[in-house]
Amino acid sequence: MLKLPIAKLDEFFAAIAAKETLYLPVDNEGGQAQYKEWKEGVSLSRALNTVRSAKDFFFPQTENLMEFKTQGKAIEVIDSRKESEDFVIFGVRACDARSFTILDKVFLVDPVDTYYKTRREHGTIISLACTRPEETCFCPLFGIDATEPEGDMRGWMTEDALYLEPVTEKGTALAQALGDLLEDADAAPVEEQKENTKKILEKLPFSKLDMEEFNGDNLLKLFDSPKWAGLSEACLGCGTCTFVCPTCQCYDIRDFNTGHGIQRFRCWDSCMYSDFTRMAHGNPRLTQLERFRQRFMHKLVYFPSNNDGEYGCVGCGRCLSKCPISMNIVKVIKTLGEDK
Amino acid sequence: MQREMIERAKALLADGTVNRVIGWKAGEFDYDITPAVFTTAEELDAGFLYNDLCAANLSKYLIKESRKEGKILAFLKPCDTYSFSQLLKEHRIWRDHVYVIGVPCEGKVDVDTVKSKGITGICSMRCDGETVRVETLYGEESIKKDEAMADRCLNCKSKKHVVYDELMGEEGDVLDSHRFDMVEKLENMTPDERFAFWRGELSRCIRCNACRNVCPACTCEKCVFDNDASGIAQKAAVDSFEENMFHIIRAFHVAGRCTDCGECSRVCPQNIPLHLLNRKFIKDIDELYGEYQAGADPDTKPPLNTFTQEDAEPSVIYERGGNK
Amino acid sequence: MDRETLIPQVGVVTDIRQDTPDVKTFRVVGLDGKKLFEHIPGQCAMVSVPGVGEGMFSITSSPTNEAYMEFSIKKCGCLTSWLHMIEPDQQVTVRGPYGNGFPVESALKGKDLLFIAGGIGLAPLRSVINYVRDKRENYGKVQIVYGSRSKEDLVDYQEIINEWMKDDGVEVFLTIDREQEGWDGHVGFVPNYVKELNPDLGLTVLMCGPPIMIKFTLAGLKELGFKETQVYTTMELRMKCGVGKCGRCNIGNKYVCKDGPVFRFDQLDELPSEY
Repeated sequence: MLKLPIAKLDEFFAAIAAKETLYLPVDNEGGQAQYKEWKEGVSLSRALNTVRSAKDFFFPQTENLMEFKTQGKAIEVIDSRKESEDFVIFGVRACDARSFTILDKVFLVDPVDTYYKTRREHGTIISLACTRPEETCFCPLFGIDATEPEGDMRGWMTEDALYLEPVTEKGTALAQALGDLLEDADAAPVEEQKENTKKILEKLPFSKLDMEEFNGDNLLKLFDSPKWAGLSEACLGCGTCTFVCPTCQCYDIRDFNTGHGIQRFRCWDSCMYSDFTRMAHGNPRLTQLERFRQRFMHKLVYFPSNNDGEYGCVGCGRCLSKCPISMNIVKVIKTLGEDK
Repeated sequence: MQREMIERAKALLADGTVNRVIGWKAGEFDYDITPAVFTTAEELDAGFLYNDLCAANLSKYLIKESRKEGKILAFLKPCDTYSFSQLLKEHRIWRDHVYVIGVPCEGKVDVDTVKSKGITGICSMRCDGETVRVETLYGEESIKKDEAMADRCLNCKSKKHVVYDELMGEEGDVLDSHRFDMVEKLENMTPDERFAFWRGELSRCIRCNACRNVCPACTCEKCVFDNDASGIAQKAAVDSFEENMFHIIRAFHVAGRCTDCGECSRVCPQNIPLHLLNRKFIKDIDELYGEYQAGADPDTKPPLNTFTQEDAEPSVIYERGGNK
Repeated sequence: MDRETLIPQVGVVTDIRQDTPDVKTFRVVGLDGKKLFEHIPGQCAMVSVPGVGEGMFSITSSPTNEAYMEFSIKKCGCLTSWLHMIEPDQQVTVRGPYGNGFPVESALKGKDLLFIAGGIGLAPLRSVINYVRDKRENYGKVQIVYGSRSKEDLVDYQEIINEWMKDDGVEVFLTIDREQEGWDGHVGFVPNYVKELNPDLGLTVLMCGPPIMIKFTLAGLKELGFKETQVYTTMELRMKCGVGKCGRCNIGNKYVCKDGPVFRFDQLDELPSEY
């Protein structure tokens, strides 16, 4: 266990930023936290989590894939990617840290998504244990320990110190590079913090939902449930849940005429949008019911069935607090779970 | 009030006046309320809710609901009736298929506002007169109601119902609000300051379309931002400036039709004060064409859709833009 | 080194054939004049015109064709309309192959085959048909039932009458929806024609066509005594990535681009009917 006196936090950030670009949660004008690049004078947000998840770092909302130059009938394809630089993300919570594992199961399985993979290789994650979970948090449901987050290095912030524990090679290398700043420390204060947090985690209202109905055997039964109609009734068809979700990874590929050529880019897409599956000759998901159902079936049934039972949700609670009509995965689990 | 509303709804269901009821449904906590359609007395007893936390404007749902078989009972708050009336004016709602009961509103508690005051882990919340009592994972808290309301309620424009078939509770009046104060502040900024303000706010947009989809004035069958061929389709944020354009174009498009219900700001996951854009248009329309409140009545001609010889000349842009 | 899946190769359209009033067949090779890549019958490729769009199309030529690939494309939306306007030597981009393809070297090997196609649905089956014709010794008898709105709408008509119909062990049954001058063949819809023909129950069926044709033909086949395990079809849904990641072409937990497009009906039975 390593330790950094809290008074030296800025020094610590500066030392990382001197090596690599450092991103951390910062309060914005909207009174909420978002990841921003650390610069002198920027301070770490005290909010539990950011509105946008940390998936942006590896799977940004928009990214250029390639360019095309056309001349007459000829086409030239240009891979316009620049050399990626190393970066560090500080303050990733346990839920978001787990979301990377889920995204890996999409983007790093054959055929590998090289855009994602490059970013993953260049990023170092310093996660931070939670101390004040929100009522909307339910990460324990997915076996996530908010007091011991995954990451290249994990951290615990107490009143007077930041405790750090390197987990991976990348994390160890970073700890070594920070050398003098960090001192060896006794883990007792961390253990005490963990105990206190665990008492709160125990009290979380959704951390013990009954998931039996989503054990992988009920695909058609769940799909055909008459309850989707009521659940999706008020859905606005906006993309809020999908865009704040750390595990939603559907994307669109589009072309943009820059005037000097064609830029092909990828951007987040949402299964909640009416044109997501629309084809020239029809649409298999005609109403919001089908679109809404797709999102939750994907997270609770389809994804687990293809990934050894792992759910496509990390219980971060963002969709609970952000859905304009307060419909969310917890209500879906509870409503459909009654039918077992 | 909730009890009376449920009883009245049951009676109207029972005598066949309506076959459905649109209202608010209780969630897991007191604040996560979902708009819902109820069809039986049992459903109403089980989940129908009306209190100081029922914030959603139900008018827009009536576009779709009124096209269905039979009549639907809609409970509308004063500001919802403005949206409803505006939608009637635009022939978007089939009036014959809706039975409107106006219900009073004392201003809605906004959970995001409460959270912004540092109260976290909110498991339950209830309004006790002018106090909001909150139970959290970390103990009990309380907050004054006016500190727990969003701007749209703090600066409520009207407690009067402009359309209804029936009223419950006391009818209120059109209020003298301070809703243009912030707009004035923005107007008094230099163009550079104002530009910086809006870039700062709009840069947080994640283009989720919640503002558009919730907006009772956004009722196009197909939105220009959903048209692939437009080059500005919904998800294509080619550059950050496009996000700004999305909101500005939307504000232009709802100008003269926006009733200032404030749903856009309520649903924005990034807390962008979108209602200020609309209020700027409302204020400008008031100043250039005379006082006009969209949705206030069915007859007044919308100033942007009518021409009079007294209308402002195009030169007004230069004059107001600072090039006096 | 990982293969780049989203970055396409440039292909040259060397020949364009007007097959029907709204279907053209495009012959494509690489810039070096050679075939862009190898494929299995039934697999697809993403064809794109930069600035217009990218779409998934079935490779209609057989893998046994070593010189080029062909795509039969119906004019339907934005990209396909654009493709219908191009002239030979136009370059397009191509990436693939995608999907599972038909099990020509496993489950179908040695079998008697019945192909049933409607309209542009012949495109993915043509690849298999020509593959089977070129490897005749590996398969039993071949029957082809193909129907279209009119004689003019029969895709690959010349190839059908000049090559397929002349092959030993290949029987072709054509039908059109309505009576038409100059047509003395069968008239009627595909599902009914299949029932009239009363095919041998030992046949393995490969079927592609409009959803309504598939629905009624499948019902007819079942009535005749066919089992769902002996009927294959190929699906089409909206696709963007082609590699099972963009998230839109799924039927239940299967991605049409990756786990399909070829499914056996008993496999589809286990999936939601959302297609």
